[in-house]
Amino acid sequence: MAEPATTTELLSVPGPLDALVDRARAGDDAAFEELVRATHGDAFTLAHRITGDEEDARDVVQEAYLRAYRGLRRFRGDAQFTTWLYRITANCAATALGKRARHRHEELDDDGDVVETSSHGDPEAQVDRGADRDELTAALAALPHRLRAVVVLRDVYDLPHEAIAAQLGISESAAKVRLHRARRKLREQLYPLGPDERRRRAV
Amino acid sequence: MRCETLRRSLAGVADGTVQLDGDERRHVAQCLRCQAELAQYRKLLRALRLLRTEVLEPSPGLVSDVLAGLSVAGERHVLRRLVSGRRAVYAGGAAASLSIALAALVVVVLVTRRRSPHR
Repeated sequence: MAEPATTTELLSVPGPLDALVDRARAGDDAAFEELVRATHGDAFTLAHRITGDEEDARDVVQEAYLRAYRGLRRFRGDAQFTTWLYRITANCAATALGKRARHRHEELDDDGDVVETSSHGDPEAQVDRGADRDELTAALAALPHRLRAVVVLRDVYDLPHEAIAAQLGISESAAKVRLHRARRKLREQLYPLGPDERRRRAV
Repeated sequence: MRCETLRRSLAGVADGTVQLDGDERRHVAQCLRCQAELAQYRKLLRALRLLRTEVLEPSPGLVSDVLAGLSVAGERHVLRRLVSGRRAVYAGGAAASLSIALAALVVVVLVTRRRSPHR
């Protein structure tokens, strides 16, 4: 059996996914299975970026496809299937984060200290070389989940503030405040101040 | 103009959602600290956007887990449909029985009236 096309390949050609969505909406379970195979990598990536945890991400993806399957007949097709799936996934991830916070009593303070993940090299050189992907991923994972969800949805997935607020169950202004905090924390972590600058700001 | 006043706006400037006024632009043009911070935000946003092209590979079994969950949900759905279908059959049967009973009652009443002697 031929390997299924990657999500990126499918997303670059709108036809195959659209046809699968039409067939799935008509009740063709095999078509929905193909949709799962084609999009699960992206859904998992989004879930993992928001939750920061492999197991949570897997649970989120399962729940998201279940909701998508149940709601497929209501999918009007005026948005891309992947965009619709991202919103469901983001919503499931937000729900999972809420449950996790309640169970583990963690990350209650958005302004909590961020774990240091950046190497202690020359600060000027660090600014010049730009954000390393691994460091960025680690810095994202170290953010409090409320901040991480917003910055991932806005700056990685380009969702508008209104949609982010709706998916996370917060106000639009709260989403903007969280985005500002998240970006500031990431910047401070990835581009730490030099000793001179630290002294200057402490004065 | 103080750097602290501008610091809240620099991320917005980097993503194009905030426009600085003349005084603010002049400050940034002369302030190395604000220029550095703006450059950092621009690099950060570029790096975040690049993450969009990266797809994380889940450990094996995710697709089969998802499909198994869907299969269970599908079977439940079919069962629900069957149950609701049976309910419809039962309701139809009850309605038919009631109609027959009513018709029989009418026939009995009519026959009884015909047989009864006129006064």
